[in-house]
Amino acid sequence: MRYHINYNITLACKAIVKEKFTQMGIDYNLYEDGELELKKMISQDELLHINKQLAQYGIELIYDQKISLVNKIKDIIINNVNSDEQGFNTKLSIYLTEKLHHTYAYLANLFTEVTYTTIENFFILQKIQRVKQLLIENNLTLTQIANLLEYSSVAHLSNQFKKTTGLTPTAFQRIIKKRKEYLNSQ
Amino acid sequence: MIFLCVLLNRKSKHSTNMNQNYLHILLADDDEDDRLLFADAISEVKVKTKLHMVNDGEQLMSYLEKESTTLPDFLFLDINMPKKNGIECLQAIRNNEKLKHLSVAIYSTSNAEKDIEDTFVKGANVYICKPNNFDDLKRIMKNVITTKWQFHTTGLNKETFLLNV
Repeated sequence: MRYHINYNITLACKAIVKEKFTQMGIDYNLYEDGELELKKMISQDELLHINKQLAQYGIELIYDQKISLVNKIKDIIINNVNSDEQGFNTKLSIYLTEKLHHTYAYLANLFTEVTYTTIENFFILQKIQRVKQLLIENNLTLTQIANLLEYSSVAHLSNQFKKTTGLTPTAFQRIIKKRKEYLNSQ
Repeated sequence: MIFLCVLLNRKSKHSTNMNQNYLHILLADDDEDDRLLFADAISEVKVKTKLHMVNDGEQLMSYLEKESTTLPDFLFLDINMPKKNGIECLQAIRNNEKLKHLSVAIYSTSNAEKDIEDTFVKGANVYICKPNNFDDLKRIMKNVITTKWQFHTTGLNKETFLLNV
């Protein structure tokens, strides 16, 4: 009897990676865009061993310098936005240059090449994400949030929020609240 | 340490990223011209996309509910569709365990604040008020898709992905 085989390659690969890595006792995160993060550093030998295990399935792990650097930039920005220490609004470019030992022009170009957005836009997106979290938690006033994230004024925060999301902070809060009520009523 | 997980293709000697680095988009719109315009508008966006289209709400739901379907990363729904409109589809999606995490963009001709808020409350991630000209449409699609891409690649909380354009 003849059948037709339907397969989902992504699903199959994820299952293979999971099985092999569990066998090898390696802790990892697999992201939606095909990036695989190992929680610990591994040696060249260890990488060779892993790739030997995966080769029979046509899967290989590659260490990508560019992506690694872009992720470092993202990590620095995310960590800064989410910590409560003094930020570096006007000094972001200098901070990145010093920490990562490349010119800002190089970092900026690389970042845009890999992520399709600018470092500046990514930074703003992260800040607005944090503002959203704080608005949902509802423990701080808009003024307090503006201060925490080093906006020069509530107006500045509201403007950036509206520009990024198309909604005012208050509209956002109202929507989230109504959403919860709506979902509970379903 | 961050690695790229790639598939070795012995025939072409090129390796392709496991998830192809594409954003899989599904469009539901009953108007053929609008579907073509949409495809055109997203073709110039730098983020790589793979577009699949269906013609109405019923086709949409049966496509999404099929076992063999790879779920899209981003769904675009016209609010006005025969058989099952955009809002009804949105509600069905948010009530479905398998589908409720999908990012959904609704587009409409209305720019009434009440309609916009109502759509977000019902669970839409993005609200697009259809622009009058193609240049604006291209600009909007670039913004929407690039923003979604940041959420997709940086593991941001999808539930707070809300965008009104």
